Amino acid sequence: MSKIIEDLRYTESHEWVSVDDNGIATVGISDHAQEALGDIVFVELPELGATVNAREEVAVVESVKAASDVYSPLSGEVTEINEALLDAPETVNASPYDNGWFFKIAISDGVELDELMDADAYADHCDDD
Amino acid sequence: MGRRTPLYQQHLNAGAKIVDFAGWDMPINYGSQIEEHNQVRQAAGVFDVSHMTVVDVSGTDAQRYLRHLLANDVARLKEPGQALYSAMLRTDGGVSDDLIVYRMSFGYRIVVNCATRDKDLAWMNSQTDGFEVAVTERPDLAILAVHGPSSIETASALLDQTTGEAVAGLKNFRGEELGDLFVARTGYTGEKGVEFIVPAEDAAELWDQLLAAQVKPVGLGARDTLRLEAGMNLYGQDMDESTSPVVSNMAQTIAFEPADRDFIGRAAVTDDLAAQAQGNLPELIGLVLEGRGVLRAGQAVSTDRGEGQITSGSYSPTLKHSIALARIPTGSTTCQVDIRGSVTEVRIVKPNFVRFGKKVFE
Repeated sequence: MSKIIEDLRYTESHEWVSVDDNGIATVGISDHAQEALGDIVFVELPELGATVNAREEVAVVESVKAASDVYSPLSGEVTEINEALLDAPETVNASPYDNGWFFKIAISDGVELDELMDADAYADHCDDD
Repeated sequence: MGRRTPLYQQHLNAGAKIVDFAGWDMPINYGSQIEEHNQVRQAAGVFDVSHMTVVDVSGTDAQRYLRHLLANDVARLKEPGQALYSAMLRTDGGVSDDLIVYRMSFGYRIVVNCATRDKDLAWMNSQTDGFEVAVTERPDLAILAVHGPSSIETASALLDQTTGEAVAGLKNFRGEELGDLFVARTGYTGEKGVEFIVPAEDAAELWDQLLAAQVKPVGLGARDTLRLEAGMNLYGQDMDESTSPVVSNMAQTIAFEPADRDFIGRAAVTDDLAAQAQGNLPELIGLVLEGRGVLRAGQAVSTDRGEGQITSGSYSPTLKHSIALARIPTGSTTCQVDIRGSVTEVRIVKPNFVRFGKKVFE
């Protein structure tokens, strides 16, 4: 059974989001997603400063098995990217919710956050997969 | 629920992720495919390949029958235990399967792919007219492949003295019958190692002994990246009934001499070879992408001579970049691949990337 963190929000496409008090959202992929992908060998990240829309493809993970798009859960501007993943993509497998984060965005529409799943709803979503 | 090998419970005990593989419940990995791959390149791993089909061929005409059935020539197997890789062709030259054939005390033992079991058995049985021969499937046997630099040393230490010495003394592509155990220096990884063909009821004990000796279980995922690094074809992906062995880097496994040996598909592949020499048929080559990204089966490529396609592609855990097999116009010197909308230059190499843990292409 994959791990789901209580305080995070989740998308149907298996990204997680954590928003701090300044409206900065940290985005990654869930434990369920990394487990399904298997060993991750390359990560492509969005450009720093890019404006992204919710549900837009902004990053790519390539595992031994397949390539998979990562969608931005929210609209906003990319303020930080986790460059460590470029050299150590396996961090996503080892630590999907901590060191394996992908990028941060300054969110432009707080209402979008309410449309995302909480941990319980995401657990049900994974069971349906 | 699919079919299960005698080692199914062993896989569960080892934490396997089980997937459907041509109707069989097989381990794809036991946690990390890359770690399992590296285990085989650096130490020793064991694969359960009991899903593969073992077929014994006996009778006074066994040799004459197989010299007709197979593209390679079993007359090259001078003594029991010797092994040969061969294609089994259709009359039109299409590859109906690839296989290993061993000369045995009773005749020959053939190991064919699992996904092709039904058609192979039907085909082999349909070709026995005029031959005094018995074709017998052996579902009562299991196969364990033990591969890696320390595999033979570790495996032979586990066995009784006579068996252990026999295993340690085997030359490459040689096997030995030891009672109801058959062991041979063959495999699908590009590392040294042995394959044990044992009665199904003995498989679990051998597996447990190997694991107790620090040989790690390796799933079908790593088996695929290991064979790709070794430049070995996968049936159904790099070649099938619609492709000639000539366009599948298998021409060197066809025994054209002696010229009077009448094997199935001979006329067709002779024509194919001439057509390829004229540049009218493609060839299967290796591709290397040293930058970021992963080449995948099915991706289209374009060369200085025309269009082609990747037949197998993955990330190479040993080389830490992507490699692939691709069928492209013969004589191409440059190649580009479209990876998710971005056109990337890739290098054409001989289809052999890693042997004994080391890079082998230029």
